Amino acid sequence: MAHMKDKHGRPVVVVTGMGVVTSLGQGKDENWAKLTAGQSGIHTITRFPIEGLRTTIAGTVDFVPFDNAPDLTTKMAALAGAEAVGEAKIGAEGKFPGPLFLGMPPVELEWPQRQDLARASGKSADITYTDILKGAAAKDFSAMQTRFLFGSVGDALADRFGTKGAPISISTACATGATAIQLAVEAIRRGETEAALVIGADGSANQESLVRFSLLSALSTRNGDPTAAARPFSKDRDGFVMAEGAGALVLESFEHATARGASILGVVEGCGEMADSFHRTRSSPDGAPIIGCIRNALDDAGVTPADVQYVNAHGTSTPENDKMEYVGLAAVFGDHLPAIAVSSNKSMIGHTLSAAGAIEAVFTLMTIRSGIIPPTINHTEADPAIKMDLVPNVARKATVTRAISNSFGFGGQNVCLVLAAEPA
Amino acid sequence: MAIAPEREAWITGIGLVSALGEGLDAHWDALNGDREAWLKLDSTTHAPYQVHPAVALDLAKQIPDRGDRRQMEGWQRLGTYAAGLALENAGVKGQDDLLKSMHMIVAAGGGERDYAVDGQILSGLEASNEPAKFLNERLMNDLRPTLFLAQLSNLLAGNISIVHGVVGSSRTFMGEEMAGVDAVRVALGRCHASQGDIFLVGGAYSAERPDTILHFELGHMNWTRPWVPVWERPKDGGGTILGSVGAFLVIEAREHAEKRGATPIAKLSKVSSDRARRRDGDAEHSMAVQWNEISPGLIPGATIVVSGATGVSEAVAIERDILDQRRVPTRATGSVIGHSVEATFPANVALAAMMVARGEAVPPIGGSKDEARMTRKVKQAVVTSVGHWRGEGMALVEAI
Repeated sequence: MAHMKDKHGRPVVVVTGMGVVTSLGQGKDENWAKLTAGQSGIHTITRFPIEGLRTTIAGTVDFVPFDNAPDLTTKMAALAGAEAVGEAKIGAEGKFPGPLFLGMPPVELEWPQRQDLARASGKSADITYTDILKGAAAKDFSAMQTRFLFGSVGDALADRFGTKGAPISISTACATGATAIQLAVEAIRRGETEAALVIGADGSANQESLVRFSLLSALSTRNGDPTAAARPFSKDRDGFVMAEGAGALVLESFEHATARGASILGVVEGCGEMADSFHRTRSSPDGAPIIGCIRNALDDAGVTPADVQYVNAHGTSTPENDKMEYVGLAAVFGDHLPAIAVSSNKSMIGHTLSAAGAIEAVFTLMTIRSGIIPPTINHTEADPAIKMDLVPNVARKATVTRAISNSFGFGGQNVCLVLAAEPA
Repeated sequence: MAIAPEREAWITGIGLVSALGEGLDAHWDALNGDREAWLKLDSTTHAPYQVHPAVALDLAKQIPDRGDRRQMEGWQRLGTYAAGLALENAGVKGQDDLLKSMHMIVAAGGGERDYAVDGQILSGLEASNEPAKFLNERLMNDLRPTLFLAQLSNLLAGNISIVHGVVGSSRTFMGEEMAGVDAVRVALGRCHASQGDIFLVGGAYSAERPDTILHFELGHMNWTRPWVPVWERPKDGGGTILGSVGAFLVIEAREHAEKRGATPIAKLSKVSSDRARRRDGDAEHSMAVQWNEISPGLIPGATIVVSGATGVSEAVAIERDILDQRRVPTRATGSVIGHSVEATFPANVALAAMMVARGEAVPPIGGSKDEARMTRKVKQAVVTSVGHWRGEGMALVEAI
């Protein structure tokens, strides 16, 4: 009989439903088939004209019709959420018995909206914000006001799934999805709820977002061969590939899940965090916050480095991230590291930003359940400074009972999750 | 399921910056002063829109590094400054060991735009035969690379980590007023359940920005008539005057505070939040339910309500429904510090703590005729939040 409480005396938190949307497709089955086949979802951008851009590739989700970034974020979140809730068979239709923790990108007006407002002002030259404000006052833009509130995405999803209370919308940059999971785990552990719906979604790959990352020299410019652009941990990596998607997980206390006879898909054993005060976009050169974050996660789970068989890496494919992630893993895992498989889903789906932590948690749990580790594709030239088993290019069968999933983001955000097969 | 034994949570540090000044004493003095002391309205810079601008700050006092100041835009400077004030007030500033285990939750919106560039691009788009290509070229050439870092919601927290060394954890909540309520609620829940001993919670909002004013103008929600307190606005259509506010609280487990000899300002006893669809009286019902959870513990005649009323008619009506029934003296701080969206609730918890700590309420705010005088000793304050569109929340702050 497995224990309902963990080593720290807290309720064990299990996963009973999962859903995913990426550029590879909709749903776990399609994604998993392509991911384990080493297929890439990265392609030349067709959503908007690419003339004049330094990077012209992305992992956009092009099969979901949408109006704007918050709309696409909402729709992908709803698709992934519905898959997860359906699998969990929890609550009644439209009545989820717990709160929503939503990881999502910041919301802002986009150029079409600004143009509508400018036109409403009647001016076509020398336009200033005074004119835009006049345009806003001239007509009813209340639907635009609501759509571009940060709270509007969570509001729509709370209506869709009938979650309880105020939805929590989270942004911790590229760690957002993992932070959403962490907040839900904490809420269940403190007895605030028995179940929570966690969704990480990001549909913000528009022109300005792409240009922003491009101007920070963060993106791969390997435009000629899109599927080969994301090459985490390779010597010739040159940046990440911006991407979209959504991942969703139904979390429950083990006790609650068992009582209702739910199938257990995995356990969130531990969450670790440590912020970095070194720089807005760069990690501390000594890797201390990454090391501390992973160690905190292992401590929280009550396990040691020797208990981990797989690392689902943050692995963005930027020169900086991959080097620092290796430094961190080497410090934490030491002599065990050679025996641990490390792979980056981002080699195939790109960097799904605010969704990444949730999507990659789903894929990590699928790795554990299926005994197949998705590869790190595009691994043609090893970086001599990075000595890890990267599961290069081809998926591998392996027994994985426990894995960690890393997420690191701008603003010094570092989160690590410890995921396991079943309650001890 | 067993729930962890609940620990008492204290507010041991407050950093507050608004139009009324810097720190609680400045706010106390201004709110007790004459009209000149509490009405610091800027009606000209963004006319016909009005704002309550933040008081001028000597930023170097809390953000000593010039490079750090340059990397931030206004809302981040305001928040990072207020966070520094809170840490200083709690006596933990510069104490690296404590800051390493301090947990941070920030309620944030987004950052400033480059207004000149936006205007030039919009003008150019109208004239261009190839607008999409033109947009790509202008964005690639005209955007300042570092502006992105001033726009990202989580970079207020990031700056606080860099400038003040708070690194135990860092989470940023989005979602307007509701984000401010839930930031405080989750910190309190974690503190009660021993998921951390010391927390830094708050938010910052810059009203002195055309794009924030614009967002409210999309819903025609700005008050452009001559200034009156928020309660008086609905009869003339309602509306909000935005205010620049930075508000941070240090929330700490009592035993942790006592061990380090910290002086508490007030006890934070309860925070609740909800999201109603605002149909058929559901928001009024939610506020009543939240009030009923708090009211059994209220001492008759010793309570003041510190309201986050925005002046927007629908939201004010929801709040009046509960306040008119309970008839507790109310102070709507937004009348004079303005509406500060994500920062509103942390700011009002701070002002509530100020009143219970002094045992005295400030006079009706902005001379409001809708706010009853309070002469008895104030021992408790209920902080209310009815978001301009969504989100209903409440807190109980008590004297120690």
